[in-house]
Amino acid sequence: MARKVLVLGEVRDGFLRNVSFEAIGAAILAADGGEVVGVIVGESIQSFGDELIQYGADRVVTVEDAKLGQYTSDGYAQAILAVIDAEKPEGIIFGHTALGKDLAPRIAGKLNSGLISDVTSIEEAGGNLVFTRPIYSGKAFEKKIVTDGVIFATIRPNNIEPLRKDESRTGAVSSLRVEIKDLRAIIKDVIRKATDGVDLSEAKVVIAGGRGVKSEEGFKPLKELAQVLGGAVGASRGACDANYCEYSLQIGQTGKVVTPDLYIACGISGAIQHLAGMSNSKVIVAINKDPEANIFKIADYGIVGDLFEVVPLLIEECKKLKINA
Amino acid sequence: MNIYVLLKRTFDTEEKITLVNGKINEDGVEFIINPYDEYAVEEAIQVRDAQGGEVTVVTVANEFAEKQLRTALAMGADKAVLINIEEDVAYGDPFTTAKIISEYLKDKDADLIIAGNVAIDGGSGQVGPRVAELLNIPYITTITQLKIDGINVSVTRDVEGDAEIIETSLPLLVTAQQGLNEPRYPSLPGIMKARKKPFEELELDDLDIEEADVAAKTKTIEIFLPSKKEAGKVLSGDMSEQVKELVQLLRAEAKVI
Repeated sequence: MARKVLVLGEVRDGFLRNVSFEAIGAAILAADGGEVVGVIVGESIQSFGDELIQYGADRVVTVEDAKLGQYTSDGYAQAILAVIDAEKPEGIIFGHTALGKDLAPRIAGKLNSGLISDVTSIEEAGGNLVFTRPIYSGKAFEKKIVTDGVIFATIRPNNIEPLRKDESRTGAVSSLRVEIKDLRAIIKDVIRKATDGVDLSEAKVVIAGGRGVKSEEGFKPLKELAQVLGGAVGASRGACDANYCEYSLQIGQTGKVVTPDLYIACGISGAIQHLAGMSNSKVIVAINKDPEANIFKIADYGIVGDLFEVVPLLIEECKKLKINA
Repeated sequence: MNIYVLLKRTFDTEEKITLVNGKINEDGVEFIINPYDEYAVEEAIQVRDAQGGEVTVVTVANEFAEKQLRTALAMGADKAVLINIEEDVAYGDPFTTAKIISEYLKDKDADLIIAGNVAIDGGSGQVGPRVAELLNIPYITTITQLKIDGINVSVTRDVEGDAEIIETSLPLLVTAQQGLNEPRYPSLPGIMKARKKPFEELELDDLDIEEADVAAKTKTIEIFLPSKKEAGKVLSGDMSEQVKELVQLLRAEAKVI
């Protein structure tokens, strides 16, 4: 059944996020031959419209306003609800990012609609659009359908394939004027703490440390390896509770759930609560002194050894690889 | 200050998940207050102790959630409300829960509503923002700090590792992120007192809600467990050789670097 599907293009730090291209991939599946309309909201974002089209959107609507320069749920909700009102889509897809998680439930609340959050795959089956999503932080999965109203979903980064960028694709980029008023919450300041711009939940490579890292200082080689591989650093609850790193790095049932292409667990024993947050990664490497550690049971490759010996060697080897490439 | 906490009873984080007849098996499972809601209860108690007022914990669940509500009372909350939907709602979703909570809260003049940012079972993270939208009050999700001065509120919010400092005002709904506080354990006198604190049990009828008004907008058609991962290859030999082999495998076999 052909549907018109709206996709939010999320701009962060001057770039469209990769998850937005994945969202277009998801929207094309959901549209089933119908039109895919991109939406971009912000301040001077007109130029991003073409890029969404090159990734598969048929056309793009932008809403620009000085009050939309920073994300606020009040500002963005007004802008996107105006686009929804004008376009009357049958489907809506956002990325399941900090922004998507914050905004999508509000819009669903306003639309009196359902919302299927954190989707990892989409298929058409038995006349229904079926969404698969993890529950219990990935210890199980459920398949869901929308039974009433607009089909609305947020998709987890790194799970749904984007289309290849096609620079010859063209489409209309139009702008909608929306009067943004009454922002009830104002962002006064943003303190940057995230590592080198690679977001943990979107990273293709995650280097995670556990209690075995032993100190804040002990995370240094992990950070270096992450940098060499273009990845992000994560941690187990044990490492966070011991104050070796910030809670925002925590991976597990409490904390973030990640599904990178490559997960390297360093000095992590593999408690159930941690495994819930990472066991659906595509390839898992475990480095641990204890050959009996639980983490080896789910690792694709394991090295029994001291992470402070293994990780520096790994950095050297990966560097060589880069030079040869 | 009139403070409400939205609480959910969830599986303990150390529980394994098994299925019986295609459904999640709850037999013999240890239940807890959803960890993020524990931060919410703690924060509510701290705000009340600093500002005065009353903390009411609310859940939408079945009768078994009484235990988790009593725990919140033992931590220091003043009142508990169990909205028991077992008889009325066969299948609910976040729309259902948010609608019921907002119907309950609409005439309560809440100054501050605190929820966890996500429940570790369903993991949708929708109920907080939906309730705020239905009550038409502002909300801030994933907060790690809350400062209240009169009706002015300054909040620190975790955004993918970065911190946003946000200014807003009461009435307000916030959702708790890890790092907000260190939840206290219930004390023995706290547990004794909790038995005598006001505990209200309501059904949809008491809130003048028709089942059709809260009918789910989505439906689960299947639950399954992820395919079990086979233990892989543990390398051996000289350490620098192992590392070389690993990098080779990641490149040639797994094709991830």
